[in-house]
Amino acid sequence: MRKSFRGGVHPNDQKLLSKHAKLRRFDPKGEMVFPLAQHIGKPAKAVVKKNDSVLVGQVIGEADGFVSANIISSCSGKVKAVEKRRIISGAMAECIVIENDGLFTTIENLGESTDTDSLSNDDILLKIQKAGIVGLGGAGFPTHVKLKPKDPAAIKYILANGAECEPYLTCNDQLMQTEAPAIIAGLELVLRLFPNAKGVVGIEDNKPEAIAAMKAAATGHDKIEIRALRTKYPQGGEHNLIQTVTGIDYPVAKLPADVGCVVDNVGTIFAIERAVAHNEPLFTHVLTVSGDAVKEPGNFIVRDGTCFEELIEACGGLKEGAVLKKVLSGGPMMGFAVGTLGVHVQKTTNGITMLAEDPAEDAARRMTACLHCGRCTTVCPAGLLPQLMAEAAEEKNWERYEKKLYGLECVACGSCTYICPAKRPLTQTFKQAKAEIQAIKRTAASGGAK
Amino acid sequence: MEIILITTAVITAIGILVAAGLVFTGKKFHVDVDEREVAVREALPGNNCGACGYAGCDAMAAAIVKGDAPVGGCPVGGAACAEAIGKIMGTSGEAPERNIAFIKCKGTCDVTKNQGNYVGVMDCRSVVLNGLSITDCSFGCLGLGSCVTVCPNDAITITNGVALVNRKKCVGCGLCVKACPRGLIELVPEHNRVMVQCSNRDRGPLVKQVCSAGCIGCTLCTRQCEFDAIHVENNIAHINYSNCTQCGKCADKCPAKVILPPPSLPAV
Repeated sequence: MRKSFRGGVHPNDQKLLSKHAKLRRFDPKGEMVFPLAQHIGKPAKAVVKKNDSVLVGQVIGEADGFVSANIISSCSGKVKAVEKRRIISGAMAECIVIENDGLFTTIENLGESTDTDSLSNDDILLKIQKAGIVGLGGAGFPTHVKLKPKDPAAIKYILANGAECEPYLTCNDQLMQTEAPAIIAGLELVLRLFPNAKGVVGIEDNKPEAIAAMKAAATGHDKIEIRALRTKYPQGGEHNLIQTVTGIDYPVAKLPADVGCVVDNVGTIFAIERAVAHNEPLFTHVLTVSGDAVKEPGNFIVRDGTCFEELIEACGGLKEGAVLKKVLSGGPMMGFAVGTLGVHVQKTTNGITMLAEDPAEDAARRMTACLHCGRCTTVCPAGLLPQLMAEAAEEKNWERYEKKLYGLECVACGSCTYICPAKRPLTQTFKQAKAEIQAIKRTAASGGAK
Repeated sequence: MEIILITTAVITAIGILVAAGLVFTGKKFHVDVDEREVAVREALPGNNCGACGYAGCDAMAAAIVKGDAPVGGCPVGGAACAEAIGKIMGTSGEAPERNIAFIKCKGTCDVTKNQGNYVGVMDCRSVVLNGLSITDCSFGCLGLGSCVTVCPNDAITITNGVALVNRKKCVGCGLCVKACPRGLIELVPEHNRVMVQCSNRDRGPLVKQVCSAGCIGCTLCTRQCEFDAIHVENNIAHINYSNCTQCGKCADKCPAKVILPPPSLPAV
């Protein structure tokens, strides 16, 4: 049995900062902002107007098409506007803004327990779709689409991703400790959709409490296995998790479903359980606020649309004497910097990392030419050649980048940038190259259509 | 002495043989080259920028001689080049007016601000193609210089956070137009000096939030214009350059002073 995958790095995980902070519910007071595009696919359509009253759990944005997801209100109050607001990425996007009345009045029958045994597979999928559940690991792919592959019988593994390899983040660790039975129940629900599948929960071995809790909850469930994985970044990457757990090597260009796997974050599995068994759509999720600039790092059950500022206040604000240099949405490896604290939590925001030092600034200062040392090649979990890819990208030789170097298979995990002794911004270069190639392909496709 | 004579004889013999061979192959494999093509190639600027739509100056010269491209088809060479080529081709060359790149953004560091302190790849495309924004304005110049990198003539500089075109150096090749991920750059006929320096398509209040020099789409300029040359579409004023007479009335009235006045009027 494999314990790990080829490549990867061992960044200082900094999880001790928030590891022992229990999950807290956080009820914000200020206005709540819900972007209409929080998922991959088409943005949702707003179904509320200015001055409409909304309740907790009410659908405020309706999925526009199959690959799209509902947006659910997480507070009660009046709709202030449907307008362009600044979102986490720094861009302006269409958002529903709700004036929060602070009462959190819920819709009827929210949280009502349902007898899941009587539900058919279609009922389960419909409930997941209506609840607006998307992949909470970060990508935000609508879960109902993922759970409806062409041939459900061909799926052999349902992987619940509890690796949480991203430094600083500990919310899934806490979630698995406190909600282990619910996660197992959620996994059982998903397993019902796939007759030949086996459930595996993959957890990095730096979370012994979570592994113990999950193992205790999984006793008596024959189809579910809890697997301790070696602590290594990016163990929680979809591709790497499949490699480790199933031993299947496959090119990144293939989808997990092509090799008989479905991967869902444990947070997503928990959300599925809440939606199907407790009639509670997705409007809360877990989130870690951590970093060396924050006073009391914590793990929260946070409502979508909460302002970053309020969450940071809930953590006691900045540490005394600390100068806030950088705020990241997510962790330091996959997350991205936010320009202002006035932005709001989205479904896929799983962490806020506040740093007193800006490592990127330091790297930019110390950047040199490529040393051709090849370390990036040894750590690349997708087995690519980052050094040559960077050369091709700088020459804008997209043909070579795509066809010879398989550069589109880069998962942007950041391992190469982390290890690079010349401090070159490799991952950003690859993200751009990928976007450039996709843009060229899109223009070619639309030109062909005309 | 004998050795010298033999050597001379042998070398002369080889020389004659090779010369005969060369004459023979030269006749046998002769290709007709239009003299004009060479001359036209000489008259072209030799930038190889590709602004004419051909792969380079060689390809352009061939196309002109063939009659596929107009005599004045080189946007870089201008009138002098067109005239020279016209002489070679025996036609009078009508040079197209030179176009000059114009950056439709006025958002310097004094009137708008960036979000935080950007570090990373110094390329605007890297930011925009990944769906991010580092400026408050979602439409304005990022100032990381994608256009500067592609410009073959060093005509663009980033000044106070916004790209600025040197009108003397710009040859209107349009490479920067393709490079700008926000589509801020437009090629404007040289004589035209009245231009709208903003691209923000948001509504007025939103523009005011992010930039004090942005076009708010108030349509005051449209009402000033007697020549139907300026229109507000998608909350942004745009000038129809073929109608514009450079009177500068719109620039005068613009409350945000976002329209460049003609040089005859005092600059704002």
